[in-house]
Amino acid sequence: MSEKTPSRLEKILRAGHLAVTSECGPPRGSDPEKITRKAEMIRDYVDAINITDNQTSVTRLCSLAACIHLKGMGLEPVLQMVTRDRNRIALQSDILGAASHDIHNILCLSGDHQLFGDCARGQNVFDLDSMQLIQTVRRMRDEGKFLGGDDIDRPPRMFVGAAANPFADPFEIRVPRLAKKIAAGAEFIQTQCIYNLDKFELWLKQARDRGLHEKVHILAGVTPFKSAGMAKYMKNRVPGMDVPDEVVKRMSGVPKEKQAQEGIDICVETILRLKEVEGISGFHVMAIEWEEKVPEIVERAGLYPRPDPG
Amino acid sequence: MRLHYPDAIRVIRVPCTGKVDVLHLLRVFEKGADGAYVVGCLEGDCRFENGNLRARKRVEQAQRILDAVGIGGERVQMVNLSSGEGPRFARVAVEITEKIREMGPNPLKKKTGGKMAA
Amino acid sequence: MIVAEQKPIEEIIEMLKDFDRILVAGCNECVTVCEAGGKKEVGILASALRMYFGNQGKKVRIDEVTLERQCDHEYLEEIRSNIDQYDAVLSLACGVGVQFMAEKYFSTPVLPGVNTCFMGVTEERGVWSERCQGCGQCILGMTAGICPISRCAKRLLNGPCGGATKGKSEINKDLDCAWQLIVDRLKEMGKLDTYETLMPIKDWSTERAGGPRKIIREDVRL
Repeated sequence: MSEKTPSRLEKILRAGHLAVTSECGPPRGSDPEKITRKAEMIRDYVDAINITDNQTSVTRLCSLAACIHLKGMGLEPVLQMVTRDRNRIALQSDILGAASHDIHNILCLSGDHQLFGDCARGQNVFDLDSMQLIQTVRRMRDEGKFLGGDDIDRPPRMFVGAAANPFADPFEIRVPRLAKKIAAGAEFIQTQCIYNLDKFELWLKQARDRGLHEKVHILAGVTPFKSAGMAKYMKNRVPGMDVPDEVVKRMSGVPKEKQAQEGIDICVETILRLKEVEGISGFHVMAIEWEEKVPEIVERAGLYPRPDPG
Repeated sequence: MRLHYPDAIRVIRVPCTGKVDVLHLLRVFEKGADGAYVVGCLEGDCRFENGNLRARKRVEQAQRILDAVGIGGERVQMVNLSSGEGPRFARVAVEITEKIREMGPNPLKKKTGGKMAA
Repeated sequence: MIVAEQKPIEEIIEMLKDFDRILVAGCNECVTVCEAGGKKEVGILASALRMYFGNQGKKVRIDEVTLERQCDHEYLEEIRSNIDQYDAVLSLACGVGVQFMAEKYFSTPVLPGVNTCFMGVTEERGVWSERCQGCGQCILGMTAGICPISRCAKRLLNGPCGGATKGKSEINKDLDCAWQLIVDRLKEMGKLDTYETLMPIKDWSTERAGGPRKIIREDVRL
């Protein structure tokens, strides 16, 4: 099947390689150096870099601007777009803005509720939800039309992605939800970070049973723990996160100075285990504020050097 | 039992303290009373199940309102005793009267001569 | 019904401090049910205000009235004959009633004594929760009778999001995840397969976003 977009990520996936993506958070200010430096650290180790969109509702430099900076560096950005802050006019408008800079990847999300962030008293939008945003991008790309029905001059050519969280409740609809996102038009999936491998593999098996792994490229999300404290925090305080007790125990069982390395080891082991599992098309390494460790993780996981998509 | 309790106290009998409304507790102060206490059965022994629990909540609400308007929430109190505890009733009566005397008269009496605008 | 909560008395006192002849007006409907502005609440508030102003040494006349409703002409007319005796009305009706009274009695200040919050139900005495936001295009037939617009914090039409934990919303562990409720009900009715039907993008023009709303029924107008 030929590619629908000039996306480098799409090319690599269609060629049958295991793709590697990572994530960078923009700064809480206007200094582009803060993001370009992080991206430079991981340049050769990933196929595409996600830029988060006011993650956890904390106001930051916008994803679109950061993606443009990355394009300027010759890197491949993935524009993360949440529906919390923008109505359908702004969403379509920003998609065109991204397309005008030849940004070819988008990850469609609803977004964390603004109560979590620095503007808890603000309004939210949610004019569309993540599924409807996926439908919107696909319509703009494949039909060349705005939601309102008018034609788009130079439609966006974007590879459309969505998130999946096999660990949120209720579990029984997590695979139907994946199917729904595929039906809406998602072409690649990045999952929430995986610590509970048994649960993940169960979810993946159910997806395989329905043939969903052949309809969408699933990238398994991984995040290295920096410390036992971080493992506990993520276990107890982050909604939708599943960190089994054994993993916390493993982190706590190691002296403080060795915990960071242990976290990286667990991350690498996770990737190595999942590489063998049918249905995995790649990995999404989320090492926010710890980007310098991405090269080590990618190398030890046997995913370096990155293939040239040609 | 013919036990003695202070003359300053005027007893108003109700079939259950659950009948006492927040409004009653406020009106007595509007009309110049210095204090009010609601004497109900022991918790768990209410013949009507939870009348005394409702009364407690209402006393608490009246206390909040009386504090907010500057009269003093301490002037209204809830007391729980069994109907057989005559001596305790008398003792409590004396204690509360003392306490309210210490607080001084209802501030409204000074300001309006005991009469409120109709 | 419309659920409201009485304003803190300090805020009410602040609003009334420049007036000497005040009418506290309650409403016999929604605000009575949610115990914010009915006859009883009017009585309690009026008594409290009399004591406050009396204690300040201020001579203030505070009268009480509870109308059947404050959102219909007929009931508001009941006070026309004596409204001029007051220099302000403190209305304990919902925001609708406060405004309608203000429209009717154009030169009398009408102040709100309650904060109007939402359209909801009495879960049990003392607990009221939101059920409807008046989007103008009811989809309850497609969501097993549970509204994702008013009960999902992100009003997702294709929920749940990835933050739901043990059936509770990511924003508050005491708040049910609306989509968990919908899934449970679909399962109960043997309709879980309908979960995968994509809910289309909503037309919000009949909601607040489309501007203040009006319904006209020519068939019942004279």
